[in-house]
Amino acid sequence: MSEFINTIGNFLRHPGLTHFLIISALLFSMGIFAILTRRNAVMVLMGIELVLNAANINFIAFSRYTKGTFDGQVVAIFVIILAAAEVAIALAIVLNIYQNFNTVNVDDINQLKD
Amino acid sequence: MELFTIIFYVFALMTLVSASVVVFSKNIVRSAFSLLFTFFGVAGLYVLLMADFLAITQLMIYVGGILVLVIFGVMLTSRQINVDAKTGTIQTLPAVLIAAAIAGSLVGMFWSTDWMHSGSLPDTVSSGKNIGDLLLTSYVLPFEVASVVLLVALIGAAMIARREKKA
Repeated sequence: MSEFINTIGNFLRHPGLTHFLIISALLFSMGIFAILTRRNAVMVLMGIELVLNAANINFIAFSRYTKGTFDGQVVAIFVIILAAAEVAIALAIVLNIYQNFNTVNVDDINQLKD
Repeated sequence: MELFTIIFYVFALMTLVSASVVVFSKNIVRSAFSLLFTFFGVAGLYVLLMADFLAITQLMIYVGGILVLVIFGVMLTSRQINVDAKTGTIQTLPAVLIAAAIAGSLVGMFWSTDWMHSGSLPDTVSSGKNIGDLLLTSYVLPFEVASVVLLVALIGAAMIARREKKA
């Protein structure tokens, strides 16, 4: 038991690759939780942003600790570019839905035309 | 404790606490604003990972662009100020189970895997120059495609958002 506590304490004292990966795992599952539970379409978008950020942390952490090149950071730039494009399109769609249905509750929107 | 460790835990705590406010808060405006602190914390983690260019990009694009767009979305789609800004949640129990299962399996996997270490970034190296070199050599095709994607997305967003209602 004390050996286990020692292992944990040693782990906590030296942040490394695993720490960043665990943070990204927690961020990812919180984003998934927001996507699954929220009824407001804008909140679902925020969940997607959390998931994308978690993926980016993974890319950059692996680039820093295991590969030693900048490829991971370049991929992270592409992820950020696609996130910007995605959120612009998604908010345009949400605004249009709000005009047509007068709600952004994703449960109430079950038609493609009005 | 080393300085790196302290700063790491500060940014990690900032990221996770504000992300949980984003996820669990009932008030959507509060969620949008604590998303700001999540992005700041993630940018701090990028700095700790030697990705200074990415950290600045994160601040410029996420905080300056995406977050402003999201707040616009919140303001434009909630009916009245302070009346319908709350959002409900659905299927909380299954979602908690699924999210906990994902978190548990990912953390277990990250904990138990012995990652290979074929090298790590030297402590003093400019990431901006190297990223620029890579973007114009190995990644030049994705770079150009990404610029076309951005153009298409912006034109498409303007078209969709401005479409007039047929009377």
